[in-house]
Amino acid sequence: MLKLTDVNTFYGPIQALKNVSLTVNPKEIVSLLGGNACGKSTTMKTILGLVRPKHGRVEFFGRRIDRLPSSDIVRAGIAPVLEARRLFPFLTVHENLLMGAYTRNDTEGIRTDVERMYALFPVVKERNRQLASTLSGGEQQMVAMARALMARPKLLIMDEPSMGLSPLYVDKVFEIIQMINREEGVAVLLVEQNANMALSIACRGYVLQTGEIVLHDTAENLKNNPLMQKAYLGVA
Amino acid sequence: MPSFLFDQFINGLTQGSVYALLALGFTMIFGTLRMVTFAHGEVYMMGAYMGFEIIRLLYPSFLLALLAALVATAMLGIVVELLAFHFLRNAPHATSLLVTIGISILLVNLAQKIWGPETQSIPFGRIDQLGNFEIEIAGVYITFLQIAVLGVTVLLMLVLYFVINRTKLGMVIRAMAQDYEAASAMGVNVNVIYMAAFAIGSMLGGVAGVLVGVYYNMFYPTMGGIYGLKAFSASVVGGLTSLPGAVVAGLLIGLVETFSVEFGASNFRHVFSFVFMILILLLRPGGLFGGKEMAHTRGD
Ligand SMILES: Nc1ncnc2c1ncn2[C@@H]1O[C@H](COP(=O)(O)OP(=O)(O)O)[C@@H](O)[C@H]1O
Ligand SMILES: [Mg+2]
Repeated sequence: MLKLTDVNTFYGPIQALKNVSLTVNPKEIVSLLGGNACGKSTTMKTILGLVRPKHGRVEFFGRRIDRLPSSDIVRAGIAPVLEARRLFPFLTVHENLLMGAYTRNDTEGIRTDVERMYALFPVVKERNRQLASTLSGGEQQMVAMARALMARPKLLIMDEPSMGLSPLYVDKVFEIIQMINREEGVAVLLVEQNANMALSIACRGYVLQTGEIVLHDTAENLKNNPLMQKAYLGVA
Repeated sequence: MPSFLFDQFINGLTQGSVYALLALGFTMIFGTLRMVTFAHGEVYMMGAYMGFEIIRLLYPSFLLALLAALVATAMLGIVVELLAFHFLRNAPHATSLLVTIGISILLVNLAQKIWGPETQSIPFGRIDQLGNFEIEIAGVYITFLQIAVLGVTVLLMLVLYFVINRTKLGMVIRAMAQDYEAASAMGVNVNVIYMAAFAIGSMLGGVAGVLVGVYYNMFYPTMGGIYGLKAFSASVVGGLTSLPGAVVAGLLIGLVETFSVEFGASNFRHVFSFVFMILILLLRPGGLFGGKEMAHTRGD
């Protein structure tokens, strides 16, 4: 459903992505792994249209989206969970959910989806009247996921959703990603530094190194790949 | 309170409420775009002339004058946004600032061409037709024009409060002010919202222009200069991104100015109000309501 072909993205003279190609198929969880500053977030931003690739193409269901405005990309069915959550700090939790549904106009549907999110994330319901900035990191991550789901996406792209969370919330986040994928059929592109966790729920994985894809395989094979074990999985 | 003080208090509130409107407009624009416009005073001036022409030529109605100014300055605001910001989104900030200065000079010259450089007035007969009564409170007479200025500003503030806190557009404007990248990642068409914020801010300025123009019955091409500065300063004193801050700062500045006149400093009233603002900023460098990011209340 999502297909990147030879994507090259620059920040001024600095090349952040070099010939990145990757695909995500319907209902799949695909993880994009790599260390700091290797271009994971840039890949996400390129998909979302927040930065533009200089060469290469991004397609979604066969339609080219790399020149579309972000608003059209979101409308097409891609919703993000941004790095460091990026909730609107001085909007209430409830308003943050509504912002997630910005591209929708079905008032009734939005209302039932808010209720659905409250059922899925009890903490979001408890805190729905509070300003987002008053929540803990883990709670904010729940809101960020609920906000993304409010767009009713076909593809969820998540940028390091486990970053900075307590182990308890890390488990919760991965559990919810699996559940969303299984029960709602939402495909997920999961950007992570936590390779162990990411590969435990993903079908396939790509490894980025300084802007280039250096490895691509099934999650099983990646877990057993000696290079991976040494560099990313912390196996001696 | 002795009645001459109460009298000045009403005068100060009237003056201050206009500053508040201007500062609100400025804050709307800065809060959303994070960019300063130096053409706000000239948008105000254009609004004033719009009211001038309507009342002078068409029909002596405050309401009609205000509506005309609203429409005209909303469109003018959109033009300013397009020229100074939209087409220069990736240019250095200073470029946009310079363009707004250029637009302000252009608008002053345009007004000079159309209406001449001298001060124009609406014939007093026409002004009287707008409404001509006074009400007495505690021995002080409040004129129709004062009631109109205060009434219109309070009404507009309520409308703005409603739009910002209770509508989808308002929520999106607040979200953009807080994190525009996250807002565009939610699918917000940021260009449209920038334009809407600019239009709303300019409308507030345009209404202020009609109110001041008619209140003093003086219309001249450079009338926006000092008011643009006051709007900017009141907005800074209020905290730059705080709408309630803009209102409080605007009212305070109006009161300080009026009372400085009362106590014999009429030639120095602008000096007084700027000294007052500097004092506040020395005490509270972030402004009265600094850091509130257009998020004063919640709406749902
Ligand atoms: N806005 C930006 N301007 C300039 N360089 C950037 C910007 N964002 C990221 N970079 C650079 O691009 C590279 C990739 O960054 P990023 O995609 O954020 O990596 P990751 O998410 O994998 O940590 C880094 O070298 C980073 O310094
Ligand atoms: Mg990153």
